[in-house]
Amino acid sequence: MEASVRPALSVNLPPTTVTNAPSRDAQAALTMRMTVSKVNFFYGSKQSLFDINLGIATNKVTALIGPSGCGKSTLLRTLNRMHETVRHARLEGEILLDGQNILHQDVTAHRRRVGMVFQRPNPFPKSIFDNVAYGLKINGSKIPIAEAVEKSLRHAALWDEVKDHLHKSAYELSGGQQQRLCIARALAVEPEVLLLDEPCSALDPISTAKIEELLVQLKDLCTISIVTHNMQQAARVSDFTAFLLTGQLIEFSPTPQLFTTPGDPRTEAYITGRFG
Amino acid sequence: MERHFEKDLNELKERLLWMGSLAERAVHQSVHSVLEADEQMAKRVLEEEDAINELQMEIDDRVVQLLALHQLMAVDLRFVLAVSRINNDLERIGDQAVNIAQGATRILRHPRVKPYVDLPRMSELVEEMVRNALNAVVRRDVELAQKVLATDDQVDHYRDQIFRELLTYMMGDSSVVFPAFELILVAKNLERIGDHATNIAEDVIYIVQGQDVRHPTVDRR
Repeated sequence: MEASVRPALSVNLPPTTVTNAPSRDAQAALTMRMTVSKVNFFYGSKQSLFDINLGIATNKVTALIGPSGCGKSTLLRTLNRMHETVRHARLEGEILLDGQNILHQDVTAHRRRVGMVFQRPNPFPKSIFDNVAYGLKINGSKIPIAEAVEKSLRHAALWDEVKDHLHKSAYELSGGQQQRLCIARALAVEPEVLLLDEPCSALDPISTAKIEELLVQLKDLCTISIVTHNMQQAARVSDFTAFLLTGQLIEFSPTPQLFTTPGDPRTEAYITGRFG
Repeated sequence: MERHFEKDLNELKERLLWMGSLAERAVHQSVHSVLEADEQMAKRVLEEEDAINELQMEIDDRVVQLLALHQLMAVDLRFVLAVSRINNDLERIGDQAVNIAQGATRILRHPRVKPYVDLPRMSELVEEMVRNALNAVVRRDVELAQKVLATDDQVDHYRDQIFRELLTYMMGDSSVVFPAFELILVAKNLERIGDHATNIAEDVIYIVQGQDVRHPTVDRR
C-alpha cells in the first residue's frame, strides 16, 4: 500500500470559513459586478484619483477607507456618475457594470441600476409611503406599488416600525429611520449595486448597528460599496476593503486580511492610528 | 506625543517582561537547586511562584481592557493576542520550575546517583531559549525567534539521552530508582520549558510577520 504523507484525521471537522492566511487573490474566484480600470479623475486641473484599478465583487460588500481628502468619496461617486454634476470634473479610464462601460450608457438608466445613499438622510418632503413609491411610479413597477413598497421597507428593516403610519411625513421619523427609509427608497427600483457614502456618520450607535446589520443582509440582494471613515465599521460589514491615500489605491485586500496583516506599511500606519 | 493606547501597550509589554524575568529566574534557581543540592534555593522558587501567577491575572486583565477599549488593528492586534498566549506560556514555565524545585527537595534526600553532565548542558540550553525568546519579544526579532525554534531539537535530544542513561543506572541498581526517576522528571520538565520558549518564539513571528508557524503540517488553505 502506498504510504500517505499525512494521515487522515480521525475526526471529521465541520467546514470553516476562517483560514490562517486568506489569499490576496481571493477576488479571483468571484465574479465582478463592477470593474474600475485605469481611472484618473480631475477637478479642473487638480488630479484627485491616480490610475485606480479595482473590482467590486458581486453580492459582496466592498469598503473604501482612507483619510479625509484621499478620494474615497470621489471614487464612489464615479460609480454612478455623480461626478458629472460637478463642473470641470473630468474622468479618464473605464468603469464597467456587467461588462458594459457605464460612461456610454444613458445616465438615468445607469442610476436606476446603481443606487446611492448619502451621508445625511435626505427623504423627500412626502409621506413615508410616497418616498418609497416615488421611484416605482416614475419607472413603472411590475408588482402593485403597495406590495413593492412593503417589500422595500421590509428589506430595509423598517417595515415593523412604520407599517401603521405609512402616510405620515417622512420628516417625523428619527435620523436612523430616515436613513433606512432612504435605503428602502433606493432598493425599491431593485438596483444591482447600492453605493453608500458614509451612511452612518450622522447616526447614533444603535441606528448605526441597525444599518450595519442591514448591509450584511442586503448583500444577498445586491452588490454593495460603502465609503466610511470608521475603520471598525469597514471591518464589521465589508468583505473587501480598499485603502486610498492621496488619490492612490494603496492596498485592496479581503477585509480580515487588511485589518490583521496589511501588506503595505502605509495601510498599517493608517489602521493602527499612527498615520502622519 | 505618546498616545494613551500606546502607553497602555508599552505598560503591557513591561509587565510581560517583568513576568518573563521572574519565570527565567525560577527556571535558573530550580535547576540549580538540583545541580547544587541547594534546598533553600528550591524553597525560594516555591515562594516566588505567587508573583508569577499574580502577574498572569494582571496581564489578562490588561489584555481584556485593551481589546475592549481600543479596537486594535494589525500589528497592535497581533501583539496583544500574542501577549495573551505568551502570558500563559510564562505561567506554565513558572509551574514547570516549581515541579523541578519540588523534585529537588525529594532528590536531596538521596545520595547523588551520578555526576551531572548532560543536565547542566540541557538546563543551560533551555535557559538560553527562554532568554532569547523574551529578547525576541522585546526586539521583535524574527531571526532570534528562529534560533530558539532551531534549538528545540537539541533539547529533545538531551532529554532522550538523560532518560536512556538514567534508565541504565536504574536497571543496574534498584536503590537509585527513586532519585533517578525524579531526575528524569526534571529533564522532562526542562524539555517542556523549552517547548514553551518555542511557543513564545512562534508568537514573535506572528507579531512581526502575521504568519502562524505553529503547526506546519496543518493545511489551512
